Amino acid sequence: MKTWMFCENAYAEGWDKSSESLRNNLPNKYCDPRKAADILHRHLDEWAMADEWGLNICINEHHATATCLTADCALPLYALARETKKAGLMSLGIHIANRPDPIRIAEQIAMIDVLSRGRFQMGLVKASPYEVYPANAQPVGQTRRFMEAYQLIVKALSTHDGPFSWEGEFFHFRDVNIWPRPYQDPHPPTWFVSMSPTGGAWTADNGASVATFLSGRVSKLLFDNYRKRCTELGRPSSPANLGYLAIIACAEKEEEAKRRAWEICGYLRTSPVVAKQWVNPPGYVPVEENAKAIRASQKPGYVPAYATILQHDGTRIPQATATIDEMIDNYVVFAGTPDQVFSQIKEYNDYVGGIGNLLMMGQGGHLNHADTMDSYRLFAKHVQPRLNELKVEPYVERRQVLAAA
Amino acid sequence: MGSNITSPVAKAVKISGVTLEVVQGGEGESVVFLHGSDGMSVKTPFLEGLAEAAHVTAPLHPGFGHSELPSDFKSVDDLAYLYLDMLRELNLSNVTLVGESLGGWIAAEIAVRSTERISRLVLADSVGVRFGSPTEVDIADLNMLSQEEVVARSYFSAEVGRRDLVGMSDDDLVVMSRNRVAMTQYTWSPYMHNPRLRRWLHRIDVPTLVVWGKQDRIVSPAYGSKLAALIPGSRFVTIDRCGHYPHVECPNELARLVFEFMLED
Repeated sequence: MKTWMFCENAYAEGWDKSSESLRNNLPNKYCDPRKAADILHRHLDEWAMADEWGLNICINEHHATATCLTADCALPLYALARETKKAGLMSLGIHIANRPDPIRIAEQIAMIDVLSRGRFQMGLVKASPYEVYPANAQPVGQTRRFMEAYQLIVKALSTHDGPFSWEGEFFHFRDVNIWPRPYQDPHPPTWFVSMSPTGGAWTADNGASVATFLSGRVSKLLFDNYRKRCTELGRPSSPANLGYLAIIACAEKEEEAKRRAWEICGYLRTSPVVAKQWVNPPGYVPVEENAKAIRASQKPGYVPAYATILQHDGTRIPQATATIDEMIDNYVVFAGTPDQVFSQIKEYNDYVGGIGNLLMMGQGGHLNHADTMDSYRLFAKHVQPRLNELKVEPYVERRQVLAAA
Repeated sequence: MGSNITSPVAKAVKISGVTLEVVQGGEGESVVFLHGSDGMSVKTPFLEGLAEAAHVTAPLHPGFGHSELPSDFKSVDDLAYLYLDMLRELNLSNVTLVGESLGGWIAAEIAVRSTERISRLVLADSVGVRFGSPTEVDIADLNMLSQEEVVARSYFSAEVGRRDLVGMSDDDLVVMSRNRVAMTQYTWSPYMHNPRLRRWLHRIDVPTLVVWGKQDRIVSPAYGSKLAALIPGSRFVTIDRCGHYPHVECPNELARLVFEFMLED
C-alpha cells in the first residue's frame, strides 16, 4: 500500500472571518500575501520530504476560498517534480469540467510527467459544486462537459502523428498537437473521484482508477461496485486502482495524536461553510433528487447524507459533531501511536478488501509545521514499512473486539 | 370574473416536436404571453383577466413547468425559433406579444427576426441587453444572491414573493427544481443577455410598449428606459408599487395596460 501526502494548503487564519461563507465571496483582503507565502513554502517543504520518507505526493485544487490556497495544482506539482526524484506525484484533481481549456490542461499534464520522468498520475475531477461560480462554468450539462474534456485530454496526450481538430459540443480546437508529449505511454494513469457508490461503475467504464475522500464505510460500497464492473468489462482491477483519503495523525502518545487529528479536522468543519445559494447549483443533481432533498430538509434536524458518517449498524451521525473516536471507528480518521494507526489502517484495508493507495491528509487547520513533520516522520518510519508488506485478511472489527473484551 | 368557458387551462401541446405545457383560453384577438425567469403558475389572475377579452396562449418555456427540455436546447435563440414555429403551427396572427423578464428577452429576439404574425409588442421588465462597462451590474445576478435577497429585489411586497415550501406538493417542488435548471441553461453566460441583440433592436417594426415595475431591483427603470430608446417609436411606462414580475404582483394593472395598448390605433 502506497501512501500519498495530501493537504489543502489552507489559509486557516482566515477561517474566523465569516461563519456564513468562506468560499466564493470572502474578500481576499483577509489574505495576507506574506502569510500566504509562508504557507505555500511550508507545505512544499513538507512534500519535499517524500523521497526521504518513502511516501508520495498528492495535491488538489480549489478556487476563491480560504480553505485552499492551491488555485492551480499543476504549479506545486511541477516544483516538486524537480525537488523529488522518486516520489509519485498525483493531482486529485484537475478541474477539467470547470476550466475552459482542456488543451492547456493536457499541456500541464505533459510538462509535469516529463519533468518527473514519468512519475505523474492524473486525477481529473468535477470539483466542488460551489466552484462553478468562480469558474463561471455552466452547471447544467456539466457531466457531459466533463466527459468531452476527458476524451479530448486523453486524445491530446496520446496522439503523436500531427495535429487533430476537435469540434465538439463544448470545446473547439483546430490544431491540437501538444509539445512536449507526456513521458508515460499512452498517458499517465487516470484517477476519478467519487463519494457515492454509483461512481464506481462509471469510473470503471471510463478506464480510470477510483479514489474517494473521507467516505468511511461508504468507500467499501464504491470499491465493490468498481471491482464488479471492472470484472464485467473483462479487465479485473487490482488494489493499485483504488485510493482512499483519510485524516491521519501519528504521535508518540495517543492523546497528542488525537489532538493533532482534531486540528486537521478543521478541514471538515470549514470546508462546507459556503452561502446557501452555492451549495447545490441547478442541474448538479437530477430534479427529482433535488425535490426530495428540499422536502427532506424541512424536517427538523435534517442533515444531508453527504454530511453524515455511516456507522457499523447502518445509522448515520452528522460529521460536523462527530468525535474523533467516532471518526476512527468509522474509518474517516486514523489517529494514535504508530502501532494504533497501523492497526486502524489494517482493519480498514481488510474491511474494504484491500486498497493500494492511502491518501494521508496529514495536515489541516491550525496544525503547525513541527507537529505535522513529527506526525509524518513517525508514520514514515513505523507505519509505512508495515503497509508495504500489508496483505488483506478476514475483517475483524476492533470496536466489536474491544466491546466483547 | 370570467366564466368557465373563457378561463384558460393548461394543455400539453407539441410544437416542432417539443411537448410544451401551454395555457390557452378566451376568445378574441390573440395575446401570447411569455413568462420570466421565475416560471409561471398555470392558474393565475393575469391570464384569467386577459382571457376575459382575448384569446390567450401562454407557454411554459422548455424546461419550465412540465414542458419538455430537449437536450440540445441551449439558448434564447432556440426559444425564439420555437415560438415563431408555435405562432405558425397554432395559426396565430395579429398577435400582441407580451414578454416579461426573460420572456421579454425572448419576445425581442422573436420580433427582430420576424413580425409577420405579430401586430404589437409589450415588454415588461425585460432583460436581454446590457449598457454598462464590464464591471457594472446592469442585471442583478440571481445566481449570486441569497433566496431572501432575490425575493426582496423581485417584488415590491415581500409577501407576494414568499415561498411556502412546506405547503408545496411534491410536483410543485419538482417544477421549482426544473425551473431553476431551465433558467440556468438559458441565462448563465453571458449573464441574462445577448451581446448581439442591442445592435438589431431597430429591426422591431411594430408598435411597442415597454412597461416597468417602478420598484424593480433586478433591472431598474433606468435600464428599461434605455431599452425602450433602442426600439423605434416605443413608449415607456412604469407601474408603481411593483417589482420585477408585474404579471404576478400587479396583474390587473398590467392587463389594463395591455388591453388599452391593443385598443390604440
